[in-house]
Amino acid sequence: MSGEVSSLKARIADLETQVAVLKNEAQTRGKIDKMSAEVKDSNPYSRLMALQKMGIVKNYESIRDFTVAIVGVGGVGSVTAEMLTRCGIGKLILFDYDSVELANMNRLFFQPHQAGQSKVEAARSTLQFINPDVKFETHNYNITVLQHYDNMIETLQTGGLNSSPVDLVLSCVDNFEARVAINRACNTLNLHWFESGVAENAVSGHIQYIRPGISACFVCAPPLIVATGVDEKTLKRDGVCAASLPTTMGIIAGLLVQNALKKLLQFGDTSNYVGYNALNDFFPTMELKPNTNCDDASCVKRQQEYQVWLAANPIVEVVEEAVQVVHEDNDWGISLVGGEDGEVTEEETKLRAMGLKHTFQFAKKELNDQDIPAVQEDDGEDLEALMAKMKSM
Amino acid sequence: MVDEATRKTLSGIPLLKTKSGPKDDPKLWVQRLKEEYQALIKYVETNKTAGNDWFRLESNKEGTRWFGKCWHVQDMLKYEFEIEFDIPVTYPTTAPEIALPELDGKTAKMYRGGKICLTDHFKPLWSKNVPKFGIAHAMALGLGPWLAVEIPEMIAKGVVTYQEKKAD
Repeated sequence: MSGEVSSLKARIADLETQVAVLKNEAQTRGKIDKMSAEVKDSNPYSRLMALQKMGIVKNYESIRDFTVAIVGVGGVGSVTAEMLTRCGIGKLILFDYDSVELANMNRLFFQPHQAGQSKVEAARSTLQFINPDVKFETHNYNITVLQHYDNMIETLQTGGLNSSPVDLVLSCVDNFEARVAINRACNTLNLHWFESGVAENAVSGHIQYIRPGISACFVCAPPLIVATGVDEKTLKRDGVCAASLPTTMGIIAGLLVQNALKKLLQFGDTSNYVGYNALNDFFPTMELKPNTNCDDASCVKRQQEYQVWLAANPIVEVVEEAVQVVHEDNDWGISLVGGEDGEVTEEETKLRAMGLKHTFQFAKKELNDQDIPAVQEDDGEDLEALMAKMKSM
Repeated sequence: MVDEATRKTLSGIPLLKTKSGPKDDPKLWVQRLKEEYQALIKYVETNKTAGNDWFRLESNKEGTRWFGKCWHVQDMLKYEFEIEFDIPVTYPTTAPEIALPELDGKTAKMYRGGKICLTDHFKPLWSKNVPKFGIAHAMALGLGPWLAVEIPEMIAKGVVTYQEKKAD
């Protein structure tokens, strides 16, 4: 018995030494106060600082002043976080309420031994190890739930370095509800953000740069996606909710971070919309104007603010005359007609020519109020009475 | 877009009028909640009359969290499931995400936490009908058809089995 105890004690001591060694190894380097451009093997920033020498970026080290919030740390978000970490971003704030699962292993970043851990915590430990200079903050909750949404608002407003608002929000979520929630938050706080998405069939994706009031917000129009020509009605979905490929996700994350870096470090042109069709390697780009009748009241408010700003700071634009194609004769009476979806609007036809389409169209009158009566005008019953009535049914 | 069967279901549920969510003006939200309850009461009454009573719902007093029961009858046996969902901060622009937590992990047509998978047909229909659709519509056009397809399949696979109702 006592022999067993002492051998176990010895085993514990042995393991403790191993843990200490691993912990030591886990700290590959100390923090670096100032990014150096010195070219030597031990400088993790030499290749990034070289962007200045190459004349691409004026002040690379300013990246350390920025805070980026990433909402959704899945197939796109985790890779996005890793890229920004390796680039030496000042601070990353991660939001996700999911856990790592073995079913995620067809994507990049997470490793099998992390299964069961929360995605934000697993990501933090990997990222902190890659670059100890980056500050991390993690939030493990669903942002569409009221109190969590309020907490996210607070975080986006004060989570930046020096308690400032964050500099950029990157949406890497996989559902409409969370996108609308991020949209609402960014319109409210007047924060610039990027929306990103990969189709459920894994062969297309997009990124969209949204500046409240200046470009279309997420609910200004039905979401714009890449038309891959795969008829959605024929898609086999039995037993699965979504397919995914590490390739498509990696490409979208690359496009997302590339444009985020261009915006933050002020080089090149930041795209408003980039689509990706994996089936024919097609990358449509376009501009999206805000909708003056947008459903989101804060969006409309931001648009008005921007118009006031524009009036004070007019932008001189070179307007290119659009060439109208006119066919002199049309002996055969050929005209363009809508496809199988019934009426296709002029705008939709233009989009489809560019390889894009809306996920659906706002119907002018989907349900006629005359067909189905609406709820009665206030009939005097108060909410408590209605609640009690429902409960007693 | 709306087929005959859907139109028939819809004809039994009054449409809502007030576009307001839990983060908006509290007065408007109370108005919206009253409309939600009116529509739900009418829908349950319609179901009862048609001999097709299949769910009950109630909410906390703020109307932000909903819970209740739904049931599916097959071979004279009544299978009952707990329902729960939160009203999202983006409601009514986005539909509520109805969850049946006890079925989590038993079918692929579910997201984490037992939220039923509704993307294809229902969500575009909802988006086109903001703010006229409410919780009653989400039940009738979302959960109803989902149960009708998924529960028989889960019973056939043996992942859902009949449980004698416990005495209250």
